[in-house]
Amino acid sequence: MNPMTRLKALPKPLKIVLWVLLALFAYALPLLELPFITTDRADFGGVLFVVTMYALVALGLNIVVGYAGLLDLGYVGFYAIGAYTAAILTSFHASWPLLLAIPCAVVATTLAGILLGAPTLRVRGDYLAIVTLGFGEIIRLVAVNLEWLGDRRGISQIARPPSLGGEEGLFEIPHLYWGDGTVLLDTDDTTKFLEFGPVDQIPYYWLGLTVCILVIFADRLIKNSRVGRAWEATREDEDAAELMGVPTFKFKLLAFATGAFIGGLAGSLYASRQNFINPDSFLLLFSIMFLAAVVVGGQGNRWGVVVGAALVAYLPQRFRDFEDFRVLAFGVALVMLANFRPEGLLPPKRTVRAKQLEHELEELEEGTEGEEPARV
Amino acid sequence: MNFDFFFSNLPELTVGGLAFGAIYALIALGYTMVYGVLQLINFAHSEVFMYGTFAMLWTIMALNGAEADGIKLIAILIAALLAAMAMSAVIALVLERVAYRRLIKNNAPRLIALISAIGASFVLAEIMGLRDKIAGWFGLDDNLSEYVGAARINNSMAGVVDAPRWSIGDVSISSIDVLVILSAIGMMVLLDQFVRRSRMGMGIRATAQDPETAALMGVNPTRTVQMTFLIGGLMAGVAAFLYMLKIETTKFDVGFLLGVKAFTAAVLGGIGNLRGALLGGLVLGVAETWGSAIFGTEWRHVVAFVLLVVILLFRPTGLLGESLGKARA
Repeated sequence: MNPMTRLKALPKPLKIVLWVLLALFAYALPLLELPFITTDRADFGGVLFVVTMYALVALGLNIVVGYAGLLDLGYVGFYAIGAYTAAILTSFHASWPLLLAIPCAVVATTLAGILLGAPTLRVRGDYLAIVTLGFGEIIRLVAVNLEWLGDRRGISQIARPPSLGGEEGLFEIPHLYWGDGTVLLDTDDTTKFLEFGPVDQIPYYWLGLTVCILVIFADRLIKNSRVGRAWEATREDEDAAELMGVPTFKFKLLAFATGAFIGGLAGSLYASRQNFINPDSFLLLFSIMFLAAVVVGGQGNRWGVVVGAALVAYLPQRFRDFEDFRVLAFGVALVMLANFRPEGLLPPKRTVRAKQLEHELEELEEGTEGEEPARV
Repeated sequence: MNFDFFFSNLPELTVGGLAFGAIYALIALGYTMVYGVLQLINFAHSEVFMYGTFAMLWTIMALNGAEADGIKLIAILIAALLAAMAMSAVIALVLERVAYRRLIKNNAPRLIALISAIGASFVLAEIMGLRDKIAGWFGLDDNLSEYVGAARINNSMAGVVDAPRWSIGDVSISSIDVLVILSAIGMMVLLDQFVRRSRMGMGIRATAQDPETAALMGVNPTRTVQMTFLIGGLMAGVAAFLYMLKIETTKFDVGFLLGVKAFTAAVLGGIGNLRGALLGGLVLGVAETWGSAIFGTEWRHVVAFVLLVVILLFRPTGLLGESLGKARA
């Protein structure tokens, strides 16, 4: 039995305990200062925050691309709308608190998703890809050109999340220190519990991780519901699904809106942590990186895309020494992956089963052909 | 809004737009051919074009094009055109071999082919952008500094070709623009005839229509795919040559926006349709130039994408529809 199936066979309480332990480990990761994993040249908390943002975006894009099968090359547009709404409401045109601005940002992106989806979802496949790509570019170019959105200079002074216990935080948590063969608590290097300041980025990571976990739960519920099955049916064969009574257009629009919702959420969190955004934060390249995260991990598998996002966001930061060559290496990795592991690193169960069936069928066919020479 | 400027300069704007459109159309051919035969977006085609612009630039530098004039300059330009075509064709063939062949053989999902193409596009652009460092590994950076230095900033060949402007009444038209439009249309007519009349063209159309039946009828699928990439590369080389004549400046990432525009042109005309690519390119070029005259140059690209979205909404398969496979001889 391979380790995956053995893990699946464990009794449910034990599985829950394992998940909780994994989550705790994820929360503690920036405090542990593990050797080798920790990035020396970039703030590790900041890197982990970016990882959670990529994971969030990949989860959202996975709904659109992985579940519903709609190729979206302009996903960064939603991310930008979320970020800009948060920025405008908290700093540029009003000074709302962030907790009020985030829901507005999310509503704005969901509306944008519906507005974009309603007319464009009639076109299929690659046409959809290019229309969404155009949409992403239009959003960015509008931000570049409109004085009202701060044009090229961007928007600064975006509100941070409210700190718990004021400026001082509630209490301080020490980091670990890895000496030569010893592990000590380093009381000089501490993180104030939930103080969202400009320096320590670990609280942002905790926030991002919490949002990710909530989204994963929601994703699980929606994937296993009627809606999730309707998405998969639409992805596999749109016409057949329509004939069987699935209102495909409605569900495609829903997928678009849900994806946009998560993208906007990620965008507003990102803006709040950056404190500053400008149009260059939303280049088309990011759409492609997000898509790469989804495909690298295995589209349609929620853990797969989280792993893909972690790799796409983390590896360039870890290997900063090869900074000049990292895009080159990333490109080579994409080509290799596409050629040698086309289902992604963690393909969804469905794909694995389909592949197995195909293989068995092929063997059967070849077997009957091979019989005749054997008789002679 | 600046309608006065627009109306007073309408002829110049139109010719300039058509010239841009002609370049888009030539690049769009590469997208449309590959799409017609393989049903996938060759995302790295913009890099094929970019290598062509550098081949042109380097040939001019190597042959001292800046000092030549008259017949000698024309000879150098022809050499540069051939170099650009050869370079683009080679890159396109390498691309097919490395990024696509295995995927096509395994019948991989199209999204995977897209990812492979995106990866290949990154690799090709970065190799050009890091050519100073890569040459440094082999100790060539001193010998070749003229060619590999300043890898990540604009590389210019301004002033090599000093083309006259023609005046007809109040209208002044650049002769380069006219050359670009005429040669692009000429290439398109040639290609159209090739695809319609030659045996190879027939094979390409047959594969676009029904790859399995075409293979049963004796069309070699691998060779057909190679041929489409080769033709796309050659056309991108011509486009690169014309682009350098008109714009005179290139950069390792110049392909990206141009590629997106060219793909937009291909979709606009109906992807998989050769005549559609020409029409889409010209429409896009003119609309962009007119739009930038009316709304200001900063809205140029917005006009292009809004046009794309609007046209797809009303004609979801582009202006002329998909038809590489359906073109009758």
